Amino acid sequence: MSLLSAELLENIGRQSEPQRELVTRRDIRKYAVATGNRQRKYLDGDQAPPMFHVPLFWDVVELDQLSPDGVSIDTLLPKFPLEKAMAGGLQIEYHKPVHPGDWLTATRTLTDIYEKDGRSGPLIFYEVVMEVVNDDQELVIKEKTTRILR
Amino acid sequence: MSVALSVQRFAALRVGDSLPERDFECGNVQQMLYNAALWNGHRIHFDEPYAREVEGYPGLVVAGPLLGDWLHQCVEEWLEDDGRILSIDYSNRAACYVGEVVTSGGTIKALRPESKEADIDVFVRNAEGALVAPGTVVVRFGESW
Repeated sequence: MSLLSAELLENIGRQSEPQRELVTRRDIRKYAVATGNRQRKYLDGDQAPPMFHVPLFWDVVELDQLSPDGVSIDTLLPKFPLEKAMAGGLQIEYHKPVHPGDWLTATRTLTDIYEKDGRSGPLIFYEVVMEVVNDDQELVIKEKTTRILR
Repeated sequence: MSVALSVQRFAALRVGDSLPERDFECGNVQQMLYNAALWNGHRIHFDEPYAREVEGYPGLVVAGPLLGDWLHQCVEEWLEDDGRILSIDYSNRAACYVGEVVTSGGTIKALRPESKEADIDVFVRNAEGALVAPGTVVVRFGESW
């Protein structure tokens, strides 16, 4: 019997509110230092390194919205019948460079939920696609996250 | 960047060539700065008694995306200004802990002369040689940001 009810699968296609954020030199510099980057253009904040969209669009929520383990609850996701998160995967396409002063907007979509049989029982996979566009609506970054629950 | 030089460099690449490896060790300070830069309050990254006693980890867990960033850095340091990363596809397969030395590296898997593109198998391995974060990066020579 499938773990995935029709009701759960109806969440496929669900989309977040677009989130618009400003890229700053200071935030680029902090990220470059914190990741151990050795390239001058990133350490000086002249350009954003790959994966800078990760901190840029990380959810900023108020303290009482964090779970006791300090995690912000992803409101895009439905409640799954399995909850223990396993390794995840990330696919990222880079379409345009990112510089200080850029305004970027990210929209996240729950694009798939599916089930597979693992060695130690059923696994649920879900995929979230984040599209990042600039103010001219040009695609800058596209990211697909795959998460596995057991 | 000289396009001619980057094209020459691409022409000299061979499938099986290795990228220079780089060791990474996330200490307590870097761990704090990274999670602060993300605004990541997950306690497994900074609350060691919680990580050990409640979640059963042997230490503070390095956040998964940092390993992804190290894969990018390994490729970009090799690439210099001769090209750029078009895409990456990787997974976090095992946890990595604060104070642990891991190594990033890669091997050229495919070359497409018509588009000056290379597919590179990349990895972060731990001291035991286990794959912590394997992936594939696609780069294009002659195009730089």
